[in-house]
Formats: sequence, structure tokens, C-alpha cells
Amino acid sequence: MTLPDKPAIDTESEHPDLPGFRTWRGVYLFVLACFGGCLLFLWLFTRWFAQ
Amino acid sequence: MSGFDYVVLIGTMVAIAVYGWWRTRGASDLSSYLRGRRTIGWGTIGLSVMATQASAITFLSIPGQAYESGMAFVQNYFGLPIALIIVAAVFLPIYRRLNVYTAYEFLGRRFDSKTRLLGAGLFLLQRGLAAGITIYAPAIILSTVLGWRLDLTILVTGTFVIAYTVSGGSEAVSVTQRLQMGVIFAGMVTAFIVLVVKMPAGVGLVEATTLAGDFGKLEAIDFSLDFNKRYTVWSGILGGVFLSLSYFGTDQSQVQRYLVGASLRESRLGLMFNAVFKIPMQFFILLLGALVFVFYQFERPPVFFNQALWNTHAQSEAGAPLRALEESYMGVHAEKEAHIRDWMEARRAGDPTAEAGAREAMLVAHGESERIRTEAKEALVAADPRAKTKDSDFVFITFVLTQLPHGVIGLLIAVIFAAALSSVASELNALGTTSTVDFYRHAIRPDASDTHYVKASKLFTMLWGVVAICFALFANMVENLIEAVNIVGSLFYGVVLGLFLVAFFLKRIGGNAVFAGAVVAQVLVLTLFFTRDIGYLWFNLIGCGSCVLLSIILQPLLGSVGKAQPPASA
Repeated sequence: MTLPDKPAIDTESEHPDLPGFRTWRGVYLFVLACFGGCLLFLWLFTRWFAQ
Repeated sequence: MSGFDYVVLIGTMVAIAVYGWWRTRGASDLSSYLRGRRTIGWGTIGLSVMATQASAITFLSIPGQAYESGMAFVQNYFGLPIALIIVAAVFLPIYRRLNVYTAYEFLGRRFDSKTRLLGAGLFLLQRGLAAGITIYAPAIILSTVLGWRLDLTILVTGTFVIAYTVSGGSEAVSVTQRLQMGVIFAGMVTAFIVLVVKMPAGVGLVEATTLAGDFGKLEAIDFSLDFNKRYTVWSGILGGVFLSLSYFGTDQSQVQRYLVGASLRESRLGLMFNAVFKIPMQFFILLLGALVFVFYQFERPPVFFNQALWNTHAQSEAGAPLRALEESYMGVHAEKEAHIRDWMEARRAGDPTAEAGAREAMLVAHGESERIRTEAKEALVAADPRAKTKDSDFVFITFVLTQLPHGVIGLLIAVIFAAALSSVASELNALGTTSTVDFYRHAIRPDASDTHYVKASKLFTMLWGVVAICFALFANMVENLIEAVNIVGSLFYGVVLGLFLVAFFLKRIGGNAVFAGAVVAQVLVLTLFFTRDIGYLWFNLIGCGSCVLLSIILQPLLGSVGKAQPPASA
């Protein structure tokens, strides 16, 4: 096996360089929060327009 | 289509291709040709990944799906953000650190040559078939509604995409996809605005969405645990993670799109762009379809949207039953429209009793019009047993051609072509790359020059393009072709994902065990397919699960970890 010894989850090797985010973990949490926001919006949308 | 529409269509397509060629001229070494010059930013990567996934059929089929059965299809994408986070956090850093051209090269580094060839071979088999369908599916619809010759539509589309993909390589694919997505967004937003403007007086966006909701077209989310339902939140998340991980993490047509990034940051942000915007984009396309449904409550729709097929039989001598059904449909539609107007009037007047009565009457009339549509499809099959009765793919294109102004029609046809070309370009680029890197350079001619491999890659890309065109030209000889290709994909995708999951997450398992596990899992999947009646989507799970499980079981028996390959010289 020739996989490098570094851990597979190499989230900190390069910083996201985005305002408000110091780590990639923060970016991923933001994306998950956006997904949660989509779910909430779609739930409200469905309820609002339910027959 | 008018002459002006043709000018818009041809002008848009040629301008994008020429820009792609001009921006990428001079890419002569293998790395530049297959991975670009590593200068591409996250915006281009994000749009390129999105363009690869969104084929022409996305823009033809999805509005029609919302028209017919509502917006529940959006749940199909719920696994995508989670899968993209896994790809960005786990798969991508390793691909970049190992400096690979293809995902299967990683299998060679991690395990051994035979496992790499197995993964690459399964990809070529599955994606080689899919490229033909990506050309054929929009061509059959456009040639039907526009009266173009099918063979010429396929040949022109195929030759055009081969020309700029072969000429500019991976970077040309990415930069043209950025512009193609620009055309797609502009076209869809224009269609949305025109649609809202063309609604009858008194029907604004709020009234239109309320009406679509009353017809059950806006039920976008379903938390029920009913396994008989095709789309629920749970099936979307569970199945979607699995399928998206397979597609974005192991399919070279996607992997190649994000490996062209200037840095790990750019590639990751490109993936995160898709994780954030893919669901809203699909929601928007579905909403467009739901609004087209509302539009056709005030404008009489055809009883069957594939009008070319319908007219062929309705206008024949034996077409009397079809014409009678068309008459009945017109009558019921007029009745339904009157009930809808009564319902809107009662809502404005704030009369709940009248509103409820009108609503019930319009739903009854809608049920009757749907019954006539079903009868019309049965009558069509009686007239022509080979007739395909699924007409939802023709809904949006019928709306575009009959309702939009000239110029916008050309733009929307350009959207469909842009989507077709962007997907096919990625597929051909990936097929050419995999053939060159994983087979030709690895197994046939390992010591040639860079220039030689660039030439070989161009030749392989062209050959795969010709294969795709030939497959598209003869596609109509196979019944249920699209489903057939989906089945073939499901038979192999699971095992490929299993190989990658073992590679990434089970570090103690070696090449011999995973190879044997994958082969046995593939045989198991094929045996089950030929001997049991199992829904084909389940084969993704069976293939992946059995490959992982068998690898774990076989590792103590086969012992050796296999001979991992050294890094490539280029």
C-alpha cells in the first residue's frame, strides 16, 4: 500500500481563505447549514401550498 | 423557428466553441492537455461540475416531470451536499497529493495494476454507452418537434463537440462549460420571466403558485417512511449520498473537472459551490415546470404533447377515435378553466363557501381531463403499438416553441444544445483520458514522449466520439434504451464505488483481496440480475456492500497486499 501516512481527512492542509472561515471544517458546516436551510424552506413551501 | 432564432442558436454555439479554442490554444504537454494549466479558479470548476451533471435531458425532462407529477423530484438531490463534502474532504486531497490524471490511477497506487484496470475498464464500459445516449436523447426530441433529420442532428452535435474537445482538451471543456452554464442560466431566467408575463390578467406569481399548490404540484418534500414512494426525504438522503459519492468521487467525467483547479482550495470551493447551489437550481427548474402547468390551465394544451406523433395518427384515415378524444379534451379543458376563474373570483371576494365549491369542481374537471389524456395514450398505442406514450419530455419544448417570442426560442434551443454539448464534452474528455493514461500509457506503451501521449489522447477522444455518434445513430433500434443504459450503469457503479471505499477507508486491505472481492461482487450482481426480479437501483447498494464485505473477508485468506504501483513519471 502506498498511500501517504498523512490522515485521509486532510482538511487543514490548505486554508479556505474565505472571509469568516478559518478552517475547512467551518466551510463544511456552513454548507450543511445551507442544506438544512433548503430543507426548512422546502418544508415551509410544501406546507404553505399544501392542498 | 425563424431565421433570427437560427442566428441566435448558431451564433451562441459557435462563439462559445471559438472562445474555448482561443483560450486554450497551445496546450501541448500531457498535463496541460488532460488537466489544464492548473490556473482554473473555483467559479469555473463549480460551473463545469454543474454543467457536466446537467445534460440536455435535464432541461427537457425536469420541467415536464413537475408538470405531470409535481416537485417531489427535488428530493433526489438531497444526498448531493453530503457526498460533495466527503469528496472534498477525503477523495480530493488524496487525488491531488498523488498528482493523478484519473481516479483509477489512484487505485493502481493504492492497490495494484489489475485493480486499476478493473476500475478503468468498468468506467469505459458504462460511460462509453452513456455518451451515446447523452447525444441521442435530446436529438430525438429536437428532431421530432423541429422537423430536423435525426441522423443529421446527431452528426452535427457529435462532430461539433468532438472538434473543440479534441482541439483544446480538458481546459477547453471547462472554459466552454462556464459560458454554456451562463447561456443556460440566462435562458432559464428569461423563460421564467416570459412565463410570468404571459399569465392571464389577474394571475400573478402568487396566484399562479397558489393554483399550482391546489393541483398538488408543489409538494416538494415528504418525510414519510413509505418505501413504496419513489421520492422521500429519506430515500433522497440515503440513496442520494450513495449515488452522488459514486458519481462525483469515482466517475472520471466528474473527477477530471475538479482536478483542473489551480489549487486544492479552488477545487474544494468549486465542489462546495455545487453543494450549495444544486438544490436551489433544481428547485427553480421544477418550479418552472409547475408554472408551465398553471399556464396551460388558461391556454389549451395539446391532449398529447408529442404533437408530431399524435398528428401522424390523428390525421390518418383511422384517426377518428383520436380526433374524438381531442374534441372531448377541449370541452373538458374549457369547463375546467371556467371553474378555475370562478375559484379565483371567490378568493378575491373572500367567499370561502364559493371558493371551496369552485375548487372541488375544478379538481373534478382536472381528474376528467387526466382520464381523457390516459385514454388518448391508450388510443395512440392501439393505432401504433410501438408508439411511446411518455410525453412529459415534450412539455417544456412545446411551451418554448409555441409561446416564446422569436430570439428567445433560439436562446432556449441554445440552452438545450449547450447542456448536451457540455455533458458530452466531459464524457469524451474523460473517456479519452482514461484510455490514454490507464490503458495505453500504463499497459501498452509506457515510455513514449509527452507529445506522443497528447496525440494518442486526441485520437482516443476522437474514437470515443465516433463510438458515441454511432451508438446514438443506432440507438432507436433498442427498446427502452435509456433504461437499459441506467441498468448497465447500476450493475457496475456499485462495485466501482466499493473499490474506492475500500481504498480510502480500509487501509489494511490489499490489492489481491479487493480485486477478488470486486470480481466476486460483480459476478454476484450479474447473477442476481439474471435470476432475480430486483429493482435495478438496488444493485448499486448490493455491488458496493458485497465488494467491501468480501474484501474484508478475503484479506486474511489472500494475505498479500498486492503490488502497488509507483507514481507516474509525468
